[in-house]
Amino acid sequence: MPILEVRNIKKKFENTQVLKGISFDMEEGETISIIGSSGSGKTTLLRCLNFLETADEGTITVRGQKLFDGQHPVTNEKEKRKMRLHFGLVFQQFNLFPQYTALENVTLAPLLAAEGSGKSDIIENGKRLLDQMGLSDRMYNYPHQLSGGQQQRVAIARALALKPDILCFDEPTSALDPELTGEVLKVIKQLADKKTTMIIVTHEMAFARDVADKAIFMDDGVVLEQGPAFELINNPEQERTKQFLSGLIK
Amino acid sequence: MFWTVTLSLLEGFLGTIKLFILTLVFSLPLGLIICFGSMSRLRVIKYPVRFIIWVVRGTPLMLQLLVIYYGPGIFLGVNIWGSNTGGRFMAALIAFVFNYACYFSEIYRGGIQSIPVGQYEAGQVLGMTKKQIFKNVILLQVIKRIVPPISNEVITLVKDTSLARVIAVYEIIWNGQAFIKSSGIIWPLFYTGAFYLLFSGLLTLLFGYIEKKLSYFR
Repeated sequence: MPILEVRNIKKKFENTQVLKGISFDMEEGETISIIGSSGSGKTTLLRCLNFLETADEGTITVRGQKLFDGQHPVTNEKEKRKMRLHFGLVFQQFNLFPQYTALENVTLAPLLAAEGSGKSDIIENGKRLLDQMGLSDRMYNYPHQLSGGQQQRVAIARALALKPDILCFDEPTSALDPELTGEVLKVIKQLADKKTTMIIVTHEMAFARDVADKAIFMDDGVVLEQGPAFELINNPEQERTKQFLSGLIK
Repeated sequence: MFWTVTLSLLEGFLGTIKLFILTLVFSLPLGLIICFGSMSRLRVIKYPVRFIIWVVRGTPLMLQLLVIYYGPGIFLGVNIWGSNTGGRFMAALIAFVFNYACYFSEIYRGGIQSIPVGQYEAGQVLGMTKKQIFKNVILLQVIKRIVPPISNEVITLVKDTSLARVIAVYEIIWNGQAFIKSSGIIWPLFYTGAFYLLFSGLLTLLFGYIEKKLSYFR
């Protein structure tokens, strides 16, 4: 059974149909990269999966459990929160909480959810995750004391701390200097090697090709082409995909 | 003479400080309620609240003092404030609280709206409730941003208390001015400036301390 089944997701903002019926499946442990030009709807798709936007139509099913159905969208905040936790999201702009240290950023939400029990386990887990991100000497630093690459790695640890089924990345390196991009891509690759289920929206084509199992090419609100990442990016079938990729990758 | 004047001014200054402190105690929380009203999604709440803020911020505080004190007697035919000093003080306090609450509400609104939407979204995707997000993520960032404008208003309030004497509320300037009539000297009136300066100096130090305490993050 696929871990995630997305069917016919549609979303309209005022007069613009941003998503025109997106469908795809993903297996547990798989990494999918979503590529496509700006405005093709990639970010909106991720935001629909994370319930930051409510899709107008379609269904989202995780491990056989229908989380979202456009015909009966959940409006209850508590239910929404529970469904959200199946997904994690790493933002382009990191969105760390500035008044908390790296470790506090990672442990805040689990501690609030745990209401006091298992506190030391949560903190230990937070330290382990930051260590895994190569930040063991930065745990007690505040976000403004960290480089962009370090901040993004804290944000990844923060998302992992809630053990989501599927971790989503919204252009995780687009706000970074080229120099700092590498260190973030490295930890994402490590996660892929450990079979973390991930969806990565990215403009780093070489990364999308080499790290992801599957790639999805989105154009103007539709999935124009999907398939094994290496083949799709090296040998696209559709003219539009070829046109998009030419010049982006050698 | 200097000693007599100082004592008299100190006594007046107590009235000033009493009005100052009570105004803050009530207007700071009331401002938050007005702020939420002005940001409400319900139009029947939002627009009337914004209208009131417009009126209060758009007219002089001195005029508001006069309207609140004399208004009920003139328009309703009832003197709800009585004729003693307590009633006049109460009228002045209400005018000050309302006036400052409206200013504070706009400062709060600016502070809350300046927090990037990404902070709320980060809390949401981490499964936090709206309350948890406001309390644990947003609030301290808002406080950090509003300390400088609040400090500005608070220092203005120290001096605005002198307006209360238009409805004969005793405060330091009232006492200073009294020496012109009673002893024919004007320097006690000028001397009141030292009290204001000293007090606003202390407040400046206090707010500087708070700002420093919050400078550990950006």
